[in-house]
Amino acid sequence: MSDDAATTAPPGAGPDPLPDPDGAEGALRRSAAARAAARLGSGAVQLLLVLIALFWLVPTLGLFVSSLRAPADNASSGWWTVLARPAELTLENYAGLLDNPAFVGSFWNTVLITVPATLLIVVIASLAGYAFAWMEFPGRDWLFLGVVGLLVVPIQVALVPIAQLYGGAGIYGSIAGVVLFHVGFGLPFAIFLLRNFFAAIPRDLLEAARMDGGRELTIFRRVILPLGGPAIASLTIFQFLWVWNDLLVALVFADAANQPMTKALQAEMRQFGANIDVISSGAFISMVVPLVVFFAFQRYFVQGVMAGAVK
Amino acid sequence: MAHTPQPPDAGGGATTEHGPADPGPPGPGENAPEGHEPGRAGALGPPSWMALAFLLPALLFLGAYMLYPIGFSVYRSLWDAPGTTFVGLDNYVRMFTNPPTFVALRNNVVWVVVAPVVVTVAGLVFAVLTERIRWATAFKLVVFMPMAVSFLASGVIFRLVYEQDPERGLANAVITTVQDTVAPAGDFPDASPREGSGVEPADGGYRLAAQVSPGGEPALVPLVGIAADDLPASAEPAAEPGAAADGAVTGTVWLDFTPGGGGAEGAVDPEERGLPGVGVRLVDDGGATAATTETADDGTFSFEGVADGAYTVELDPRDFTEPYGGVTWLGPTLVTPAIIGAYLWVWAGFAMVLIAAGLSAIPRDALEAARVDGATEWQVFRRVTVPLLSPVLMVVFVTLMIYVLKIFDLVFVIAPGSVQADANVLAVEMWRVAFGANDQGMGSALAVFLLVLVVPAMVFQIRRFRRENS
Repeated sequence: MSDDAATTAPPGAGPDPLPDPDGAEGALRRSAAARAAARLGSGAVQLLLVLIALFWLVPTLGLFVSSLRAPADNASSGWWTVLARPAELTLENYAGLLDNPAFVGSFWNTVLITVPATLLIVVIASLAGYAFAWMEFPGRDWLFLGVVGLLVVPIQVALVPIAQLYGGAGIYGSIAGVVLFHVGFGLPFAIFLLRNFFAAIPRDLLEAARMDGGRELTIFRRVILPLGGPAIASLTIFQFLWVWNDLLVALVFADAANQPMTKALQAEMRQFGANIDVISSGAFISMVVPLVVFFAFQRYFVQGVMAGAVK
Repeated sequence: MAHTPQPPDAGGGATTEHGPADPGPPGPGENAPEGHEPGRAGALGPPSWMALAFLLPALLFLGAYMLYPIGFSVYRSLWDAPGTTFVGLDNYVRMFTNPPTFVALRNNVVWVVVAPVVVTVAGLVFAVLTERIRWATAFKLVVFMPMAVSFLASGVIFRLVYEQDPERGLANAVITTVQDTVAPAGDFPDASPREGSGVEPADGGYRLAAQVSPGGEPALVPLVGIAADDLPASAEPAAEPGAAADGAVTGTVWLDFTPGGGGAEGAVDPEERGLPGVGVRLVDDGGATAATTETADDGTFSFEGVADGAYTVELDPRDFTEPYGGVTWLGPTLVTPAIIGAYLWVWAGFAMVLIAAGLSAIPRDALEAARVDGATEWQVFRRVTVPLLSPVLMVVFVTLMIYVLKIFDLVFVIAPGSVQADANVLAVEMWRVAFGANDQGMGSALAVFLLVLVVPAMVFQIRRFRRENS
């Protein structure tokens, strides 16, 4: 709320996606009393925000610490008692998980589902986004409006029909079936995001390329893909996390041999207390990749999520 | 930001501070003012068949995974469970009359009414508060982080938080700690009267059925049910009450249990111990408290200078209150609010980041002008900031609403098996019916119903897009 916030945080100043309009003092140069009140209020605000941040951090910390405690300890006392007895921390749960072929298999299944699904979505949506943005064909605008409409279609609508279709085609339960389903449901958002980005590429660049006699695929590769890099990065990261974190599609379409971590862990939840060693460490492992991706590429991820508003 | 709220976008990438080399996918609306219409490539453009080639893979997928399923679901919803008999709209009628689906519908209504409002308000508050601090980026990263992890992981996190036992569940540990500070539990929650001794329960405490009078018989209050280990260390062997002098009432409160057996019921035996620190009061016939005292370490108490009359001896309920066991978060009544709490934890970052982007795009002049006119900060917020933000708030709200309608994972993961039925929502019920109970007719009807519920959002979406694009 400061009058100089706009200048302290110029747009495009840095790679920081979460703008930090700095300096609350600007607007508050009235009197000493007002300044004191403002400082007091600012102290209260800081305290409140610290408490809120703790509310967000502590539950995650709880999962992490629980995953480092023996099942008997978790059954008898809260994870916070570890502060008094740090010696009881152990890596046993993780060692047990890595020795468990079913869980290790589910980790690789997650990878085998997520990577192809993400790549297919990005490639297919890039082609379609380019066509919607820069090619002329009858009914183009209506078709694109149709894609916009499909953004909000609930996954539930496709579960029964696709399950029957897969049953007939013999791919029910397979990784391929899960991957293809993710591609189908990821496309409307992907096309939408990329088309809007591609459409903003300066027209001159394209016309020059076309004037030079560039073929469409060449233009697509040499002009669109490089310029669309940031949007494609956002989309890739967003889709990667979306598919990595999916539970529902896997629940319906992946059988026990092909299930990703989310479904494997969900099966353990029926005996939450008894399986807490597997659940807590498994859940944490399933979080590590998304957290690394999030902190490494946060600006692209935030852009992807924000582009998904009203999905 | 392809599809972020327009006002912040129009602000030139205030949303995410795109660098010059990284314009971010700008909204289509931004093209319009320049008369810049993509795709009108004129004579230079490629032929239509080329566009079809580029579009073909996408169209095949959209057709197979979205259009065909919508049609098939509508058709399938008109048939019975095995799909052999045409039942018309029966499945839809059953949806509203069948108790489990009705619970799911009711919970969905609660979700849609409560969750988007709570999350949007939290996002607004966080966005406004972080405008004033220097570590706003760190705060936003922390609050946004749950968006990156799976609902399953978030669900596990909150199963741990909501654990019933205050020894293990964080939420109840905090609540019981606060509660114990405000109103500590009594020393003897397990106590019960010795049968046949004339001690009876009274408002959480105990009283002697027989009245006493000054200088009369001493009052004997034998209690049982307390484990010897639970007695305070200060407890000494119980003493017989001394003979009451004129104007005095004496008595003993003790644990009428001789370890190893023996001893007479209702009598103070040598091995038995007194209950120290128990509040005792004399209540007269009018119900007024005439005097209060506490028992000594040997369980004895005495009142001096009591006026003549008949009194009832009562023990203070505060010494017998049960320790507070915490809230049953995941019980039938609170399970939905508890899961909405987890939902807030996951989604608040989303609302906060979008709203913060909108906030930073608000023209500073408008706020300054209001301040110069003497408006207080609250008035500025209420009269200037919120109205200018309303398009962003609307987008956040509608987005959350769409996701809330389809909520599945958090409910499925957090609600324990025994309360799944109470926490049920449409998406979970759809999965349960179609793939658990194998009633694909009913499952399809529920899916179609969900689709119908998001149609208004679809219309909102398309209209907004066309407005921005025109």
